[in-house]
Amino acid sequence: MTGQVRRLAAGGRIDRSRPVSFRFDGRTYTGHAGDTLASALLANGVTLVGRSFKYHRPRGIYSAGVEEPNALVTLRGEGRHEPNVPATRVELFDGLEAQSQNRWPSLRHDAMSVVGRFPKLFAAGFYYKTFMGPTRRAWMVYEHFIRKAAGMGDPTSAPDPDRYEKAHAFCNLLVVGAGPAGLAAAIAAGRSGLRVILVEDDAEPGGSLLARRDRPATDWLQSALAELASLPTVRVMTRTSAFGAYDGMTFGLLERVADHVAVPPPFQPRQRYWRVRAERAILATGMIERPIVFADNDLPGVMLASAAQSYANRFAVLPGRRVVVFTNNDSAYSAAEDLRAAGAEVSVVDVRPGLPEALRLRMSRAGIALHPASAVGRANGTRAIASVDIVPFDAARPAPARVRTRLRCDLLAVSGGWTPTLHLLAQRGCKPVYDADQAMLVAGALPEGFAVAGGAAGRATLAACIESGMAAALAAAEACGGAPAAQGRAPAGRLPDERADAAITPVWTIPAPLGRRGGKMFVDLQHDVGADDIALAYREGYASVEHLKRYTTLGMANDQGKTSNLNALGILAGLSGRTIAEVGTTTFRPPFRPVAVGALAGPETGLHFRPIRRSPMHDWHQEHGAELTTTGLWLRPWYFPQPGESRRDACARETAAVRRTVGLTDVSSLGKIDVQGPDAAEFLNRVYVNGFSKLPVGRARYGVMLRPDGIVLDDGTTSRISEHHYFMTTTTANAGKVMAQLEFLLQAAWPDLRVQVTSVTSQWAGMAVSGPMSRDLLGRVVTGIDLSDGGLPFMGVAHGHAGDIPVRVLRVSFSGERAYEVYAPAGYGMALWQMFCDRGADLGLTVYGVEALGALRIEKGHVAGSELEGRTTLADLGLARMASGVKPFLGGALAKRQGLADPERPQLVGLELADGAGTLRAGAILCDPTARYRKRFADGSPVLSEQAPAPAAAVFTAANGSGHMGHGIGFVSSVTWSPELQRNIALGFISGGASRIGSEVDAAFPLYGELTKVRVTAPHFVDPEGERLHG
Amino acid sequence: MLRLACPYCGERDYVEFLYGGDASGPMPELADDDIDRWTDFVFFRDNPKGEHAEFWQHLHGCRQWLRVVRDTVTHRVASVRPARDEVPAEDEKRVEVA
Repeated sequence: MTGQVRRLAAGGRIDRSRPVSFRFDGRTYTGHAGDTLASALLANGVTLVGRSFKYHRPRGIYSAGVEEPNALVTLRGEGRHEPNVPATRVELFDGLEAQSQNRWPSLRHDAMSVVGRFPKLFAAGFYYKTFMGPTRRAWMVYEHFIRKAAGMGDPTSAPDPDRYEKAHAFCNLLVVGAGPAGLAAAIAAGRSGLRVILVEDDAEPGGSLLARRDRPATDWLQSALAELASLPTVRVMTRTSAFGAYDGMTFGLLERVADHVAVPPPFQPRQRYWRVRAERAILATGMIERPIVFADNDLPGVMLASAAQSYANRFAVLPGRRVVVFTNNDSAYSAAEDLRAAGAEVSVVDVRPGLPEALRLRMSRAGIALHPASAVGRANGTRAIASVDIVPFDAARPAPARVRTRLRCDLLAVSGGWTPTLHLLAQRGCKPVYDADQAMLVAGALPEGFAVAGGAAGRATLAACIESGMAAALAAAEACGGAPAAQGRAPAGRLPDERADAAITPVWTIPAPLGRRGGKMFVDLQHDVGADDIALAYREGYASVEHLKRYTTLGMANDQGKTSNLNALGILAGLSGRTIAEVGTTTFRPPFRPVAVGALAGPETGLHFRPIRRSPMHDWHQEHGAELTTTGLWLRPWYFPQPGESRRDACARETAAVRRTVGLTDVSSLGKIDVQGPDAAEFLNRVYVNGFSKLPVGRARYGVMLRPDGIVLDDGTTSRISEHHYFMTTTTANAGKVMAQLEFLLQAAWPDLRVQVTSVTSQWAGMAVSGPMSRDLLGRVVTGIDLSDGGLPFMGVAHGHAGDIPVRVLRVSFSGERAYEVYAPAGYGMALWQMFCDRGADLGLTVYGVEALGALRIEKGHVAGSELEGRTTLADLGLARMASGVKPFLGGALAKRQGLADPERPQLVGLELADGAGTLRAGAILCDPTARYRKRFADGSPVLSEQAPAPAAAVFTAANGSGHMGHGIGFVSSVTWSPELQRNIALGFISGGASRIGSEVDAAFPLYGELTKVRVTAPHFVDPEGERLHG
Repeated sequence: MLRLACPYCGERDYVEFLYGGDASGPMPELADDDIDRWTDFVFFRDNPKGEHAEFWQHLHGCRQWLRVVRDTVTHRVASVRPARDEVPAEDEKRVEVA
């Protein structure tokens, strides 16, 4: 351990009384509370922290903020492992574990860095060129290698042990950024009584003020924070990023609740995703410094000037002992002075000629050498910067020049100007406009409700920032109807005079010096995109900035080009002879900085992913060992295995009971809708394809309803309870859709009908008693109903009691056996179910689940959710006879569309294995065996058999090379093992329908490479005449 | 991220609502078996840039179907009315102009 060799003896905002131990790449270091991982690494003299994305070049710490392109690390381990975190935004805590990324075997000796010697192979668009040999196969070979070599940190598959939360908040005014402008705005709005949320990404408010050491600035910050704390309506949220601005003044915020500690405190989440709705928003998001591009500008030790200043002033770290400051504007001069004051030897290289006397005087007073009209042409060094080559420079006529002098240094602090952070505005569709005087993009016409203040509005001085924050807040207060601000004055404190002495001279790149092979000039450090890549892309025709971005991937890394975008625009403008305004900008989209998917998911994972609906008898099913399955949101018993039974065994036993004695199953999940009112009969007559107006009281009818477009929506039985009262059942899957359609029709289409519909699905427990002995069992349980065939015929409905429990009994059947559906108020469901179980034991009563339910209905050819899947018509389902010819019904007009009447449409049939061999699978594609092809040419194109139709895309190719063309002639919808028939059977749809009964077709299942011969049959496998219904 | 002022329940977040599509034309009479008119109603939905009348159901609230006039560019909601009400003349005009 070498110790904190670069730590300054005094100053900074770190807590020197609290040393903090952390590990980086397995070595232990010490920092202080208040450090970031980046500042602590620099304090320990660690400058090499990562390898670059494509070329594996050594990289160091480049910034001190959210814009960091280079110093990405992987944090923690196991389930808390988190890749691609900028070290500049990691607060140091005791025990922090961090790893560098994209290096092997070690950061210092990286095997892949050899890639950097062949940059031509990886030039712009290399994905589309280098590895795309004559065939697609080339990419297949290279892809694996490239994906492994190019990259960021690795993810983990270990489960995250931490919780994530979602929260909502409302405010009059959202202020994004707690720098001087944001603080001033929050204070002014708070004084007016506005409910304010002030959001700051950093761990503490202050913004750029945290990086200053001059008393007026730090005094102002102190008094502002004191006043802020006294304002009751202002909520300050630190460690929180506003990453997205959405419609309706909605903002996405990510609060890093516990990222700055090893493990979240008890009952605290790691992160919290906030959705904030604001009346108005002030963006005080500041500016981000941008670099100037020159040869080998990515060496560790090259850093933004403001970052170097921040490390010295805020973190008490001297990032270099011999510093060269390279700039084209005045802002870097205060960085130079602060680094000099901290003890570094400093020279300033400024591209501008004829610098004003005031600046020269400041530099000579500070003991700083000044090189005007000069530029850094190249950085020299292997794993860290050792010197820079200085060339004479004329911004009006930039041209390669001979190196004038070489300056030794261990830090190059570079400033190419500033870029206001306008991402949130851009997300709302606000196009930035180029301000040539300040060489920056500023906000264009603002969306309603938004204001910009401070650096984000192009304000350069502290006084101007504070003033613009106040002004924006006063305007917001007026718009929100707040009390007139008590005072528009800034908190106490004399502000420094910071007027610029000389204007910025925009410079994007410095030509490589003459006399030596040029190094790489990086524009986007994170994606390794250089100035030459932009030039190449431009030569190849990618002149539009949006195309350039996608072709070179510039600005598409997870820093979203925060330091590189404007330089790229400047370079493209230069290449094309346009202005930056003409070149335009790319579009920013949320999120401003990476957001973990876990935070967006919040607590809605695992069991909480979606709601679960349970039947009133759910506990009984669980107690009796049911295997459960989901149908829509419902958790239903799948089968009730006895010890040692497989699913097929259990299903066979359960169905056998229904066919031979009596079974009991839970149908509570069926949709149940109460339809009441004088016009109920007319309403049902309109929504069902078959007639309902003549249904007598005490009888039920099977009905099918269509969507307005003529496709079948759902089926079910509806019974007439009394003159104006009907009880409708729907399938489990379509219950919600049916209810919404009925409500739409009654409210929007036919408001004159006097009908009310109410979902009563949760109010009724339902159970089906099925089998030849079902009436015997029912007679033991239910009183007050004449169960004789005369008293309660098939499709009859009656009310009675089971003990004290009121019950509704429908004689309907889904299994083809004599059966009854018995409904009771949900709270009595369990008691009724238990009565059936108790009194049916000696009859051989067997409970059955949805597996047996499915087998029974497929044996009978009854359609269910798999057949009513939103594409099938009445005719497809073999139900055309049901449509009434005498009354109009919803969907009737469009059901007559030509395409729906096409006799070639697939129609419902039964299917079974032709040879008893192979596998029947739901979803298999049915193919005409005469369209089969058998082999392929060497290039993979199929040779067709002679009878085959013209080639289309192959639907399927089996392992032996044979396969099918086209889209098939149908598909398999439902499959079961039939215990009754002792073989696999299926329902499906096939073109030609009944005319194909007896023929054989191929069932292709491309996913598993299966081709199975199946025979087409009628869809009724068991008791086609329906005699058992009355048995 | 819309908020709709349900006339029965008050202002609510869009997550409580179900989108029901274009509300600019009335459903044809049931007895009308003209396929073109039904095709117009079911398939040819207006998709204007600007104000658009559309159905929303307050699914997780009063379950009422509503007729909402919304600007498809700005998401500004001009009106929210029960779908069972007569379409006000000014709404008709606004949507036609758009």
